[in-house]
This record gives sequence, C-alpha cells and structure tokens, in this order.
Amino acid sequence: MSYQFDFAALLPYWPEFVRGLWLTLQLSAMATVLGFIVGTLCAIGRADGPPAVKWAVAAYVEVIRNTPLLVQIFLVYFGIATLGIRIGANTAAVAALVVNVGAYTCEIVRAGLESVHKAQLEAADCLGLSRVQTYWHVVLRPAVERVYPALTSQYVLLMLASSITSQISAEELTAVANRVQSDTFRSFETYIVVGLLYLLLSFVVRIAFWLVGLGVFVRRRKLGTAL
Amino acid sequence: MQSFGLAHVEFLAWAALWTVGLSAIAFVGGGLLGFAVALLRVSSNPAARVAAIVYIQIVQGTPLLILLFLIYFGVAVIGFTGVPAILAAGAGLTIYASGFLAEIWRGCIQSVPKTQWEAAECLALTRWQRMTRVILPQALRIATPPTVGFLVQIVKNTSLASVVGFVELAQAGKLINNSIFEPFTIFVTVAVFYFALCFPLSTWSRSLERTLNVSRR
Repeated sequence: MSYQFDFAALLPYWPEFVRGLWLTLQLSAMATVLGFIVGTLCAIGRADGPPAVKWAVAAYVEVIRNTPLLVQIFLVYFGIATLGIRIGANTAAVAALVVNVGAYTCEIVRAGLESVHKAQLEAADCLGLSRVQTYWHVVLRPAVERVYPALTSQYVLLMLASSITSQISAEELTAVANRVQSDTFRSFETYIVVGLLYLLLSFVVRIAFWLVGLGVFVRRRKLGTAL
Repeated sequence: MQSFGLAHVEFLAWAALWTVGLSAIAFVGGGLLGFAVALLRVSSNPAARVAAIVYIQIVQGTPLLILLFLIYFGVAVIGFTGVPAILAAGAGLTIYASGFLAEIWRGCIQSVPKTQWEAAECLALTRWQRMTRVILPQALRIATPPTVGFLVQIVKNTSLASVVGFVELAQAGKLINNSIFEPFTIFVTVAVFYFALCFPLSTWSRSLERTLNVSRR
C-alpha cells in the first residue's frame, strides 16, 4: 500500500464543509418538525378518523414504506416540475423528506396510541374531562412519551438519509463532499472527513433529542421511568 | 423522440433482477458478518464487546451513501483498480446490513430469559453449547419478523448502489429518463417495481409477528 494520505488538501474547503453541515442540519430539522406534525395527524386519522381517511392513511404509509427514498425524492423533484411549478432543490428535498418521514412517524405514533389502555379513557371520562382534554392529556401526550425513543432513532436515520438529497443537487454535506472530491481528487480523504462529520452529527442529534425529551416530558423526568 | 413503452418496462424488469441479486448478496454477506458481530456484542470478553459496539455505532452513524463512496474510492486506494461495481456495491451494502442486523440480533439474543442461561449452566453445558443448543434456537424465533422487516430496508437501499455506477432499478430509471425525459411516468413505474418487491416482504414480516405474539400470549 503506497497511498499517501493528504488531508491538508481539504483544509481550504472547510467553510464549504461548514455550510454543507449547516444545510444538512436545517433540512433535517425542518423535515423532523413537519414530518412529526404530518405523521401525528395521520396517526390520529388512522386511529379515530372516518373509514375513508383510515384507508387513505394506510395506503400512504404502505406506499412510502415500501419504496426507496431516492425514488420518492426524484418523484417529488421532477413531479412538481411536471406540474409547471418551479421550486428549488432544497424545497423539494424538504418536501420529499417530510413525505417520507411522515409515514414512519405515523406508524410509530400509532403504536403509541394503541398502547393507551381503555381504562385510562374511562377514568378521564369519570373525571369530567372534555373530549379534547382527554385526547391531549390522556391519549396523545402519554402515547408520544412512550414512543419517544423510537421516534428519536427514526429522526437520526432521517438526518443520515438527508444525504440522499445530494442526488437532486441540494447543497448539503454529501453534495459538498462530491464537489470537493472532484476539485481536489482526494476522494478517499474527503469521504473519511465527511463520514466522521456525520458520525459526530448523529451523536449531537441524539443528545439534542435527549435534552428535548427531558424538557418536554416532565413527568418522565420526575419519575425517572417511562410510563 | 421515443416515448415510454414496453421496451423500457422490459429494461426495468431486467434491472429489477439486479436489484434482487444485489439484495441477496447484501443479505447473505451482511447476515454472516452481522451474526459474528452480534456474537461479539454479547460475548463475555469486554474488549470484544467494546469493539462490536464501536463497529455498530460507526455503521449506524454514517449514511450508506458515504459508506458506498468510501468503499468505492477506498479499494482504489489500497491498490485494486477496476473493481466491478457489483463488488463495491455488494461490499458497502454488506457492511451496512451487518451493522443493523448485529444490533437487531443482539436484542433477540438478550431477550431470551436469563433463567435459560442459568438452567443451561446448571446442566454443565459449555458456553458454546449453551449458545448453540439453548439460546440461539429460541432467539431465532424472536428474530425472524424483524429480520424479514430489515430485508425491506436492504431492498430499498440497493437503490443507492446507483451512485457507484451499478445499474439496478433506480439507475435504470435514471438512464431511461436521460434519454426520453418523462420523469414522472418513469419513476412511478420504478416505484411500482420496488413496491412489488417490498410489499410482500412487509406483509410477511407482519404476519410472522402476529403468529409469534399469539404463541407467546
């Protein structure tokens, strides 16, 4: 093995890596928040909606979970263009990621909703809680609390999967890597650096979710256990 | 200009076979490697456990796309040039699958009740016998549904092999799109192919899970 590693060649490009890293974070954060809202609404529709809604949500979840993200990204990117609307690559990337992660969130939250015991609903009824109060305090929040670890893993995977949006030239970290390696011909070094950056990012995201969990789920923090 | 026709569907169908082939390579390779890592992960040797944890964290913490690029350019670095795309893609997917399967199987091995280990120890079985005769047969039953479920992930993720120049379903779609530019029709067809491959696996995984839960209840 006579290969000479040359990481110094990448040094002039560090502002680009930072920009890419920042866009990756932005894309993932937006997709996470919007995807959580879409997925939770779908889960509610799937659990308590009219039959047509249940059926539509089930079809959406199955179609998304059984096709690759890459193809979904192409469909959103080119599909919207076919309709005559011009959107940027970044917007298309977020849209595709939201559609994708919404389906996974729906499945996870649905499992949480199903885990709420019927006696809890009866107890809420006895306490005179309104329908909305019951749904918010007794069903939704404990359900999300229970599946929070699964959601965290899913959103870390989403952050990693956002690398696929480089294929429609969203200028995030992987796209930056592709450009830098073709400028410097230091492909192996570039991808080692970017791989390490993703690894770092996945730990940071995990810690961020843990902190958010501590802040949001007060009861869990005080009791020290899951419900 | 030519429009989307039967010839294109036929081309996609051939490419779908490559997707299946690549998935099989990734599953078999990833299964073997993943099994070894899972065993290390539950071994009694702390160094082996730490090594397995580090391996799993690295594989699960980097995107598959980066993993594929690293292997593609990495084999050139250690002196092999002109490695066929199927080997580079197969190796990348194997490593990816091994990281996730190892973690899935670790969970299954550890979910076998501790009393089973103790009973096996009382019967004076060696650690190897305990593993192969007592724990693994039980873990296998628990492991089947999530493993089939992960197969779906493997099939879907072979679509990323297109970045190292391997012509499978997604890459075939891109090639057709470059020549006739009807992205919507083409990628819907590609998605239908993927759905046809993945949906039976998902359904099978779910029904396995149901059967397992019934027998445990």
